[in-house]
Amino acid sequence: MEIKILGPGCKNCKKFEANAVEAIGKLGIDAEVEKIIDIVEIMSYGIFSTPALVVDGEVKVSGRVPSIDEIMGLLRS
Amino acid sequence: MWQRTVDWLTYGLLNLNKNSLFGGAVNFFIYDVIKIIFLLFVVVFGIAIIRSFLSPEKIKAILTNKNKYVGNVLAALFGIVTPFCSCSAVPLFIGFVESGIPLGVTFSFLIASPVINEIALGLLWSYFGLKIALIYVISGLTIAVFVGVIIDKLGLESWVEEFVYQIKVGKSANEAAQITFRARSKDAWAYTFGLVKKILPYIALGIGIGAFIHGYAPEDLLVRVAAKTNPFTVPAAVLIGVPLYSNAAGIIPIVTALISKGVPMGTALAFMMAVTALSLPEMIILRKVLKKPLLATFFGIVTIAIIFTGYLFNALI
Repeated sequence: MEIKILGPGCKNCKKFEANAVEAIGKLGIDAEVEKIIDIVEIMSYGIFSTPALVVDGEVKVSGRVPSIDEIMGLLRS
Repeated sequence: MWQRTVDWLTYGLLNLNKNSLFGGAVNFFIYDVIKIIFLLFVVVFGIAIIRSFLSPEKIKAILTNKNKYVGNVLAALFGIVTPFCSCSAVPLFIGFVESGIPLGVTFSFLIASPVINEIALGLLWSYFGLKIALIYVISGLTIAVFVGVIIDKLGLESWVEEFVYQIKVGKSANEAAQITFRARSKDAWAYTFGLVKKILPYIALGIGIGAFIHGYAPEDLLVRVAAKTNPFTVPAAVLIGVPLYSNAAGIIPIVTALISKGVPMGTALAFMMAVTALSLPEMIILRKVLKKPLLATFFGIVTIAIIFTGYLFNALI
């Protein structure tokens, strides 16, 4: 599973990343988390506010920080 | 009703002297804390609910292909409900420009977003009533529309960083199109609670200082320094306000105390707008997409507009 976290490095982005890492740990899945901080690349996903979560090329969340439970749910489906 | 409860608390329960400076300051402090927290919850929650209906994608869609002036007004209105932060400002700016929304309309949005601040709105309401709070919103909207129209007329498109025009925004992701009102409320509540909790220490500090000034500062000193008739107070207040940003929430209770000591309303409002609307962190964020001359023009026009608003208020109220 390929997981990307998009965000220029603001507070929310860091919180998002921490939540995502924790969610992956809890699920015990084999996934690689990549941080995308380049604004040009972020925009190529068609989102207008960060942070955002992209799983296997698909935008799952944008513009807010979801809870660990929510991320777990998103990664399971 | 609240005042009576607080009176009972300070003068009855805590047994403080009603006529002492200290008793008065404590009474002022407790009353303000209760009132402010309540109204902040109302305003921040209300705006969070409205925001949940207006995703950035939706705002962009509404603003695309709108008549210029209608676009300016709508963009300013949308700016009210959108908080300005490093997470949203740059992507939104690029998204707007890329989809062909005029630069002036984009700026109306960019100005209204920090100028009309939900925390400032809640605090103004709790201190001065709904009327002053609405005047604050309307003057913020006017500045946003007016500056947006000017920037459009100046034709400053070439001062936007080139890369912005080269970006191809991917096909819009349509996340969470249908959510229940229950889910919206839950999200909005979590947001409100988090925000109020975060700014509470600043507010408490501000009220504390405010209570101190209220009780102790000599009245005629401030009136002499910041009298309505002194034409330099408004620009001075704005220039002092620009570098102050992070403590916006805490600064307003101080402003209140100043007003109660005779500083004119327009001067105080201009100060507050300068604190919330213009700041160094904001400048650094916008520098990513704007070249220096445009950034300077933007800050210059907004500063002048705020000073003008200050004079206007002093003349009206």
